[in-house]
Amino acid sequence: MVLQMTGIRKVFPGVVALDGVDFRLLPGEIHALMGENGAGKSTLIKVLTGVYDIDGGQIELAGEQVRFTGPLQAQQAGISTVYQEVNLCPNLSVAENIFIGREPRRFGRIHWSEMRKRAHTSLARLDLDIDVSAQLDSYSLAIQQMVAIARATDVGNTKVLILDEPTSSLDASEVEQLFAVMRRLKDENVAILFVSHFLDQVYEIADRMTVLRNGRLIGEYRTAELPQMQLVSKMIGKDLEALEQIEEHAREAPRQETKIIEAKGLGRTGSIAPFDLTIHAGEVVGLAGLLGSGRTELARLLFGADRPDSGELDVDGTPAKFHSPRDAMTKGIAFSSENRRTEGIIGELTVRENIILALQAARGWTRPIPRRRQDELVDKYVKALQIRPADPERLVRDLSGGNQQKVLLARWLITEPRLLIIDEPTRGIDVGAKAEIQRLVAELADGGMAVLFVSAELEEVLRLSHKIEVLRDRRLVEELVNTDDVDADRIMQTIASGTTGATP
Amino acid sequence: MIDVTTPPTPQRNRPLLGAKRVYKANTKHIPVLATLVLLVVMYSVGVYNYDGFGDTQVVLNVFVDNAFLLVVAVGMTYVILTGGIDLSVGAVIALTTTVAATLLEAGWPAGVVLPLALLIGTVLGLGMGCVIHFFKVEPFIATLAGMFLARGLSLLINRNSIPITNDFWTQMAQKRFRFDDGVFISLNVVIAVIVVVLAALVLAWTRFGRNIYAIGGNADSALLMGLPVGRTRIAVYTFSGFCASLGGVLYSFYTSSGYSLHGQGLELDAIAAVVIGGVLLTGGSGYVLGTVLGVLVLGLIQTIITFQGDLNSWWTRIVVGILLFAFIVLQRLVTRKAK
Repeated sequence: MVLQMTGIRKVFPGVVALDGVDFRLLPGEIHALMGENGAGKSTLIKVLTGVYDIDGGQIELAGEQVRFTGPLQAQQAGISTVYQEVNLCPNLSVAENIFIGREPRRFGRIHWSEMRKRAHTSLARLDLDIDVSAQLDSYSLAIQQMVAIARATDVGNTKVLILDEPTSSLDASEVEQLFAVMRRLKDENVAILFVSHFLDQVYEIADRMTVLRNGRLIGEYRTAELPQMQLVSKMIGKDLEALEQIEEHAREAPRQETKIIEAKGLGRTGSIAPFDLTIHAGEVVGLAGLLGSGRTELARLLFGADRPDSGELDVDGTPAKFHSPRDAMTKGIAFSSENRRTEGIIGELTVRENIILALQAARGWTRPIPRRRQDELVDKYVKALQIRPADPERLVRDLSGGNQQKVLLARWLITEPRLLIIDEPTRGIDVGAKAEIQRLVAELADGGMAVLFVSAELEEVLRLSHKIEVLRDRRLVEELVNTDDVDADRIMQTIASGTTGATP
Repeated sequence: MIDVTTPPTPQRNRPLLGAKRVYKANTKHIPVLATLVLLVVMYSVGVYNYDGFGDTQVVLNVFVDNAFLLVVAVGMTYVILTGGIDLSVGAVIALTTTVAATLLEAGWPAGVVLPLALLIGTVLGLGMGCVIHFFKVEPFIATLAGMFLARGLSLLINRNSIPITNDFWTQMAQKRFRFDDGVFISLNVVIAVIVVVLAALVLAWTRFGRNIYAIGGNADSALLMGLPVGRTRIAVYTFSGFCASLGGVLYSFYTSSGYSLHGQGLELDAIAAVVIGGVLLTGGSGYVLGTVLGVLVLGLIQTIITFQGDLNSWWTRIVVGILLFAFIVLQRLVTRKAK
């Protein structure tokens, strides 16, 4: 046993993030840490890497009890971490990023040529042959990730390597490359802790897994002995029927025939070719297409975030010109952005303040919303969306990704829009939260709201939408009514071929 | 399971342009090169237009007149490389000169006054560094407070200009290193050059130096990579404080006086020199050599305006303003292209 954590407890003001969690790692294994967002995975990792101090329990590394006061101590003890966002310095060279803090020195000065040579060897071990004196940010994210791993494993005494969502920004072949590296390290007897939202990847690479839920340990399993469905139900603590119900539900929903918005030949050069699109009340319209196919651009035109240079837009049958998102908001259109971290959520504000933001902006700053009214509204949406923890005065940055997404949704829902545009609401959040957000979308549409749903996941688009707009190369190529004979393959075909001359 | 006995087939993930280590204008070097070009152009214009501009002493005088600024700007370079700023340096110069002059007037020996003077800025810098690190105060605010403190203290000590008549000080001020007839540099220049060379070596060859770049690149990452972020940051402000004090001592050699209104706005000159020298204001990129070029640009503008004769000295400010704009835009363009 290389690592043994027993009864780990970590309390943040008002929340118990980890409650008596046991965790162990064997040398030469790949161990997946599974759980929904907010289950305590990140907290456990931060405890292990010395970022957080623990409030209870003990950690034994290679048989000795340890207590880390910072990342440096953990690293020196042999625990290295590669984080989700590559935590390196983009302005330094590849070699420096691998060695900074422990550069080889001669006569008290950094031995640059030796450092480059060793960087080269250490990357060669990962099958990577690149110019190590080039600046890190001149390379792709995948390579940066490899560099991070090279840094993490070059210490020499690495006993535990933690990979926190390393695959979230890699493409398939890059993931394979990473897995090859992981297997090689495993053969070198390194214990690898692997966190990923992609179940397939976990099943491909992990030997064992530990499941957490709401800060508690659910259990430790051998991957081979735990079917995927069971894993999911252990993670979310309920079965998947709920998910399947949505599907039935959405498809049967009646279509109302009031047009909310109608785009005729709307387009913007360099961003998206002119398109026609009508969205009715109570309708969920899915936008499908590859990354960069113009999904977000289309949504931004409808919301007035970009100015169209051709075509026209009718709202409620009368022509409308949006000069800014404000204009669109006054017409009852809301847009929940794709980048919740950079464009949506304001981490330093509380849940209540974040939710109230858009409504307040719509009213104008001279007419503040009374605090009582705020509390009522926020309370209602926190309950309706099951935002956890259900405390409106908590800072949003302390919430997990899925809950942040819900806060963002609540912000727009509170303005009672007639058309809600949601861009990638489920990216980077876990199965349970995904299901909840999907259910919510279906419910909203039942209530008469029109929803434009942008997502990279075809399954999700299929499950929710009444009709699907397929985009390809910044052009709306086809509109599909979501009947039973439409499936992912059919959409893939359109995306791939781009024929079927429906909408030009 | 991977068969470890098979030799790994190396994969080229990115085409390397031609042979290894071919010099292509690194984006990091562009701002420095631009400053160099600017400097050469300015000098050529000067030599072409004005009689006597080509004398070696004209260039050396730029150094003689700006040695203290050079020292201060070197400290500022360190601070800006970490992504911070130090607004206190001008006031520290005033405090250093005032304290030194007052103590010398009271008859203290130079051997005591000199280290004491150097200690003033160092201690203030250490204090500001600690406040910035431990209380997570924005460097702008912390050093603004330091600036008011230092300036206020020096005004409290004496509001008038105090002449320095101490023998040691006078000797230092008059010391000249002559190369040829009428070609010389002052002691200040020698000290400044030593500071520049040491600072450049430390940045390029030591862990401390590389940590400064790492913090400027991404302080959060640097912390997670296990680098001593706090220690480095405090050291950087301490160093800048020391440089400011040393600058103050050089200034008191240069002017043979201590005055609480010395060095007003000098912090802005130092920042301007650093930025024109190609150091990125957000940190993480730039060289001490660039700062030297930046100081020379500022000095050369003054020289040209003096040679022109009929221009108001405020033109210096106007030209510096235009250059600053140009260089900040240039930095933007370069960093954007790199992305």
